[in-house]
Amino acid sequence: MFGPLISKPGSSRNNQTGSWRVEVKPKFLQKNCIACNMCVLICPEGCIQGEGKNTYMCDYNYCKGCGNCAAICPKQDIEMVKEQLEPTRAKARGT
Amino acid sequence: MKEFLEGSMAVAKIIKLCKPGVISAYPITPQTHIVEELAQMVADGHLDSQFVNVESEHSAASLVLGAVATGVRVYTATSSQGLFYMAEVLYNIAGMRLPVIMTTAARAISAPINIWNDHQDVVSLRDCGWVQLHAEDIQEVVDLHLIAYRLGEDKSMMLPVMVCMDGFVLTHGIESVDIPSQEEVDKFLPGYKPLYKLDPENPLTLGPLVDPEYYMEARYALEQTQREALVLIPKLTAEFSKVFGRTYNGLIEEYRTKDAERVIVAMGSVCGTIKEVIDELRAKGKKVGLLKITSLRPFPAQNIYEALKNVPKVGVVDRALSLGSYAPLSAEIKAVFFGKAKKPTVISSFIAGLGGRDITKDSIKEIFRLLTTKERQCEFIDLKPELLKESYE
Repeated sequence: MFGPLISKPGSSRNNQTGSWRVEVKPKFLQKNCIACNMCVLICPEGCIQGEGKNTYMCDYNYCKGCGNCAAICPKQDIEMVKEQLEPTRAKARGT
Repeated sequence: MKEFLEGSMAVAKIIKLCKPGVISAYPITPQTHIVEELAQMVADGHLDSQFVNVESEHSAASLVLGAVATGVRVYTATSSQGLFYMAEVLYNIAGMRLPVIMTTAARAISAPINIWNDHQDVVSLRDCGWVQLHAEDIQEVVDLHLIAYRLGEDKSMMLPVMVCMDGFVLTHGIESVDIPSQEEVDKFLPGYKPLYKLDPENPLTLGPLVDPEYYMEARYALEQTQREALVLIPKLTAEFSKVFGRTYNGLIEEYRTKDAERVIVAMGSVCGTIKEVIDELRAKGKKVGLLKITSLRPFPAQNIYEALKNVPKVGVVDRALSLGSYAPLSAEIKAVFFGKAKKPTVISSFIAGLGGRDITKDSIKEIFRLLTTKERQCEFIDLKPELLKESYE
């Protein structure tokens, strides 16, 4: 008999950590972005992508709303904004 | 004075009051906060002690072995893999009859790696010759350290003592704790006066090679001294009670067992949960009770016999396994009653709370429910069968 023993790569994708967000989420303004890539490097979920200035965006399915990207952005081009609960997610949270 | 303290902070505070001359430890979750705080106290000049940073638990244990051999009071702490890494030295400390006092934050053993609480680490080392005391709450952890120093350093003992506190539940839990004053501690625990020590003026050798002509007697003496500790521990707890006002038996604690028909035997923090369930069931007229084992080594067989001889059904909760055999504590409880005329009709064995799985009030109620005339062998509580599979092919 075997118990929980082996984890296969990529299993963390199954866990949509975006559901952990409370109250705030980052908003990528895409106005003064210089493509320094700092937000990509600091994101603990690795869920920010972009190619060139004013193209960066995160995947809200995984963004935990930690705010590190907004804090490190040298151009203040990422803002933490109040979470607008979508009806489906609001339902999932029981609110 | 009563303070609202994290368990680890409470241990650090009581160790400070015990004034060890040398402290050495290697950090490991969930023990880290204890030695981190002690290192801070030394660095800030609040504790006149030498804190030695080492590269491993093997070195930490070796260092306190060497230090205590020179006649100074010592302290160390560890957990889980760190305790196993110390194991070789722990047998040496006991064999050399040196009173090292150590806190172990009880934690699961790899693999799979798991940092949460069970008793597999400490219970696996039950045969290393150390006295092993298990605490239920943070106050008891604090008080057992004072008793541990008195016991270990007693001239008739010279034994190392391990105070076991459940990882996270007690190390990181916060409770109201009565930390005694320095005067009270000094009154109960004077400075360490070693029976023998390494001293250039009076040279001697500790732990030499012993051939077959001598080895058995060294082990026999250690075994006898462990048994003598069974007599000394209650004397020390009685003296403790006079100074500090809190009463412990030190070996076992009986909770509502007098007329009980079903009694759970357990160790550590889960006893608090069990007591709460017992109060609820007693209120409904169910005759249930708890026997808490404080001293796993020495094993208080006679006290356990007296406590359980008239109880019809006994359930032993182990938070560790002896893989492929009976659960460790249950085997010893059964051994107490082998060949006795008066004994429980059923002694069932339950496994719960491995790797930090919560033992809830419902878990305890389930154990009482399963405690019938049918004897159960290593019955796992709160197991998830859906995570098991017969093969990986």
